[in-house]
Amino acid sequence: VSASHFEQAVLPHLNAAYNLARWLTRNDHDAEDVVQEAYLRALRFFGGFRGDDARPWLLAIVRNTCFDWMRRNRPQEMTESFDEEMHVVIDDRETPEASLLRRADQAMVRRAIEALPITWREVIILREIEGLSYKEIADVAGVRIGTVMSRLARARAKLMELLAAPGGEVSS
Amino acid sequence: VNCAAVRSLAHAYLDGELDLVHQVEIDQHLRECDACARFYESQRALKTVVATDAMRLTPPPQLQDRVQHAIRRRRSIAPQWIGLAAAAVAIVIVTALLSRGSERNAIGQEVASAHIRSLMAHHLTDVASSDQHTVKPWFTGKLPFSPPVSDFKSEGFPLVGARLDYIDSRPVAALVYQHGQHVINLFEWPSSNANANASEKVETREGYNVLSWSRDRMNYEAVSDLNVAELRQFAQLVRGAR
Repeated sequence: VSASHFEQAVLPHLNAAYNLARWLTRNDHDAEDVVQEAYLRALRFFGGFRGDDARPWLLAIVRNTCFDWMRRNRPQEMTESFDEEMHVVIDDRETPEASLLRRADQAMVRRAIEALPITWREVIILREIEGLSYKEIADVAGVRIGTVMSRLARARAKLMELLAAPGGEVSS
Repeated sequence: VNCAAVRSLAHAYLDGELDLVHQVEIDQHLRECDACARFYESQRALKTVVATDAMRLTPPPQLQDRVQHAIRRRRSIAPQWIGLAAAAVAIVIVTALLSRGSERNAIGQEVASAHIRSLMAHHLTDVASSDQHTVKPWFTGKLPFSPPVSDFKSEGFPLVGARLDYIDSRPVAALVYQHGQHVINLFEWPSSNANANASEKVETREGYNVLSWSRDRMNYEAVSDLNVAELRQFAQLVRGAR
């Protein structure tokens, strides 16, 4: 496997890699460090890569590098975020008005996504921004498709709650 | 379909992940049920504000150079390291030849070293899952073969995850099991010998027990600080499952 082959296949996905790392770490510098480490890991594993789309493959490595990095440097965030039972009652809640959601400005939306637990945030980013299929998300996150679906439902319910709240402010 | 079912399928519907039959059912229900239609409308509105390019966070322009530089540096360092590593392997092989004279020794040593490396901080698993149906597909696209994966939780050897590793200069599957406080690495890769059905061999490397065997054209190496009897019990489970 030549270095240029690796660069051609994997380097074009740098923006996707950074986007995921930046959303998961919520910090510019940490995201850059994680992306560099992920690329070096990818280089090591590239010999075993057999697919034709390197993007989900790379995103899985970025994701794992991020989670390793977070466990090492910010373990408290990881324990909080693994709380899958975080309180979201989907059905009993009044559905917020669509018009209220459409009014949310970009800064509000960003803050709301950042306020999600990391395992919910990753499915939102992979689905809504990277456009990955449920199956691809399941592979990247190392969970079942059913888990992807339930995290997505909870994440969206939480985002609605945050964005349609009176005054629309997200406390962090 | 009732409202609860529609609410739970609304996400897959919105994401275009639903089969045609369910799509049609949901279309119909949304025409008839105001509450669900409002719910769906809000979900769609949420998607329009989240799934936009404005939410994409772009790297600073110098990141591409930085990453490229790191890759090339790693590449240019690599040949020197390969030279050194080759020399080291040569020494190991010579030592091995002198002591017992078998190629098997070099692999046993590599397996033990890989096991030790895996126990260092955060190298144990690339995919952490006790579910064989998660672990097995994880290897797809990463290895040129499909390694057998089984969980032995009920027998006291739960699967905890897997990673890629290198043994005998090829990528191999490393499955990670636990027994009490002990970690077991099970390495799997295809055997080059077509009718290889080698029986079990035991050796001790750097204080770890290494159990190796071949079956159905696959090589297996189980490494752990477990005692030989328990490691054998584990190996029997693995053979029984295949």
